Amino acid sequence: MVARPEAVLAARGRPFARLRTRRALAFGGALVLLAVALVLGVGFGSVSVAPAETLGILARRVLGLPVTQTWPASTEAIVMDLRLPRVLSAMVVGLGLAVAGATFQGLLRNPLADPYVLGTASGAALGAAIGVLIPVRFVIFEFGLLHGLAFIGALVAVWLVYRLSRVGGLTPMTSLLLTGYAVGSLLAAGLAMAMYLSGANLRQIFFYLLGSLDGVSWGQFAVAGPIVLLTSLAILARARSLDGFLLGEDAAAHLGIDVRRERALLLALAALLTAAAVTIAGLIGFVGLVVPHVVRLAVGPGARGVLPLSALVGAGLLTFADLGARLFGEIPVGVVTALVGAPFFLFLLRSTRSGYEL
Amino acid sequence: MSEPGRQLVAFEAVDAAYRERDVLRDVSFEIRSGERVALVGPNGAGKSSLLRVLAGLVGVRHGTVRLDGRPIGTLGRAAIARLISAVPAASLPFSMRVEEVVALGRLPHEDPIRGLRPSDRAAVAAAIDRVGLGHLLGRDVRELSLGERQLVLLALAVAQEAPLMLLDEPTVHLDLRHQIETMDLLVDLNERDGTTVVAVLHDLTLAAHFFPRVLVLDRGHLVADGPTREVLSAELVREVFGVDPMLLQVARP
Repeated sequence: MVARPEAVLAARGRPFARLRTRRALAFGGALVLLAVALVLGVGFGSVSVAPAETLGILARRVLGLPVTQTWPASTEAIVMDLRLPRVLSAMVVGLGLAVAGATFQGLLRNPLADPYVLGTASGAALGAAIGVLIPVRFVIFEFGLLHGLAFIGALVAVWLVYRLSRVGGLTPMTSLLLTGYAVGSLLAAGLAMAMYLSGANLRQIFFYLLGSLDGVSWGQFAVAGPIVLLTSLAILARARSLDGFLLGEDAAAHLGIDVRRERALLLALAALLTAAAVTIAGLIGFVGLVVPHVVRLAVGPGARGVLPLSALVGAGLLTFADLGARLFGEIPVGVVTALVGAPFFLFLLRSTRSGYEL
Repeated sequence: MSEPGRQLVAFEAVDAAYRERDVLRDVSFEIRSGERVALVGPNGAGKSSLLRVLAGLVGVRHGTVRLDGRPIGTLGRAAIARLISAVPAASLPFSMRVEEVVALGRLPHEDPIRGLRPSDRAAVAAAIDRVGLGHLLGRDVRELSLGERQLVLLALAVAQEAPLMLLDEPTVHLDLRHQIETMDLLVDLNERDGTTVVAVLHDLTLAAHFFPRVLVLDRGHLVADGPTREVLSAELVREVFGVDPMLLQVARP
């Protein structure tokens, strides 16, 4: 059609190369952010630990390097037993929420979708509230009844939404979103009832609803961490399917994606991710909504860029938010993410050049 | 591309239903490699449904659909995607660059884990060049005009490098110049690359000008199939579309 060689050269070299450079820069920046978050997160607290000592302790205890100990044993105990599990949990929860958000947004083709869009949050909250109401106390692997029921509640809610939104063997996306909203409202009513009945235990439910990483233990991290990481990797391995869904389900099918299977798989994986994150940290908003948007601005909507970068940025962001929560005297981290996330999201909406269309 | 004249598509007495409604009744035809076929008929005649059945998105109730000689039920989505490309409807929830959209056409070919291979990038570049989009590289697709968007989606289908290309009303929303350009491009893809083209068209004039063969659907039945200028007679147009064919006469050379 038009001049051949120049156009081919232009298409072959420039645009993809530019995209790769942007991607490399974004990943580098995110890794630096994560490292800084780790050191600051571990160092800050009622006993502050200097960055050099933090790095020394991490090198000695985590990497097993022969570093001479120049710090008191109590410092090492604080870092290893209290700070590190909390910071790593913040990272894993942030990572999980961001990846789940990116998955739901891509799959539902809805920039407003967040990890809680299919009712996970209300399911988990109701489960946790029932856990508080039942006067039986036991602990398995450092998880109590509250955690167990929150996890089950989150998954049951998603399953319910998925089943109820089927119309004649199909699951249209709009029906999925609306069903998620309706089931969420129903569960929220149950939650209100449970809170009304909880009496003196109201504070415990309330605390869970606001989200917190206070008191997260190694044992909890050891269970939630692998679930989040493996599930995220499983989603990343389906990046091609997510890319196919960018143009809609019919286009995905024409591009060789088994729509029904891939959609069910991706929904299940993202729901599992959310449930694991919610179980150890309660309901933390805005990370899963905002992070994928920021990431898309940097590397475009391709899943191979969006998923891993969302993971890094989400992990770093929640670590900083948790640091902020501790800085202001242990306020719930969910309050911090909402206070920072909501205005930032508004700023993003107003500054995006082409705006959003559905 | 498969050698010219080889049977690519065969419908054998196909009945199909979509969302509980009968959409095709006893439809039989075949399409050979290298053909250019227009699919016409009034609204609700089953044209889009026929494309969906042909691509395996809707199953058949009775009869058989064969692609490249094999029953479509035995082919997986990935195998069908290497035989059939389709120009998708334009709707993008996120901002995307032209080359990123075109690169989606490589999904059936790319490495499942690592993504685009160098050969895929070359195919994307070739498709962009083929459709003449070099000047739009790096642009956000959502900032383009509808005509330009349509060309980007066409380039996506070209990048898919399948022997058969399906289009559902490729000229809708386009002004006259873009309509003719799109048609010229389809003819060129067909004659130079040997891509078999099947397009649903509303405009009988475009069908008569650019497509040697036409299939006419009416209420789920295939009522005519043959050389466009013979098939689109005044009588048929009056009967199927319920309008006076004078307008069509004017356009026929």
